[in-house]
Amino acid sequence: MLRRHFLKNTMATGAAVLAASSGLLIPGQVLAAWNKAAFDAKDVASAMKGAVGSDSAEASDKIKIKAPDIAENGAVVPVTISSTLGDVKSITIISEKNGTPLVAKFNLGTGSEAYVSTRIKMGKTSNIIAVCESGGKFYKAHKEVKVTIGGCGG
Amino acid sequence: MAKSSIKIRAKAKNGVVTVKALISHKMETGLRKDKKTGKVIPAHFIQAVDCVHNGAAVMNAEWGVAISKNPYLSFKFAGKSGDAVKLTWTDNTGKSDSLETKVK
Repeated sequence: MLRRHFLKNTMATGAAVLAASSGLLIPGQVLAAWNKAAFDAKDVASAMKGAVGSDSAEASDKIKIKAPDIAENGAVVPVTISSTLGDVKSITIISEKNGTPLVAKFNLGTGSEAYVSTRIKMGKTSNIIAVCESGGKFYKAHKEVKVTIGGCGG
Repeated sequence: MAKSSIKIRAKAKNGVVTVKALISHKMETGLRKDKKTGKVIPAHFIQAVDCVHNGAAVMNAEWGVAISKNPYLSFKFAGKSGDAVKLTWTDNTGKSDSLETKVK
């Protein structure tokens, strides 16, 4: 009886730990799990590590970043990211020279297409890096956007 | 609710639903100063956006301060006309709003 309890308990905790480490897309837990460390990170490597758990990603030409070459107003830079990689689980947007480079992370559920479009703030001319998670691997692409008027601080 | 902070449009085409949404929010970074008082305006921004399609989560976004004021957001997923799509945002002060719409 005791042994059975022991087994049951260890298995339950094991499963919980596994769920916590692999559970990227759990609805309703987003706020509690808001990734402060990643969003507060001051450099690209630690922002990426915090956001996706790895600071290395393979460069891929299957990720498309649509953004203006020159943005007159850094406060509003339209960015569209799409990818032809299959089964994309998340798309992360990083603006290299922002005070805190991590802009946003989009977790995609089943049935979602690898496509997000939004508007971001950019402090100055820099690269926008898009990181896609596909099949447990990370792929990235970047595009330079020239900013005439910065959008941070004002 | 008198007036929602969210404007949402969802259209289905060839089995793919494209959602376009505008949220009215000031997205304060916490870095800007009030020109009159010289005091820093506290950060006030959306941290999370969730989208639920027919009861299943299709997208959740974690946002930082670098998303523009009055955020625009667009994404796509598999679905059809008449489906229910619900979008919810939550900001760093715990405020939130949501809106449900039918796919056209």
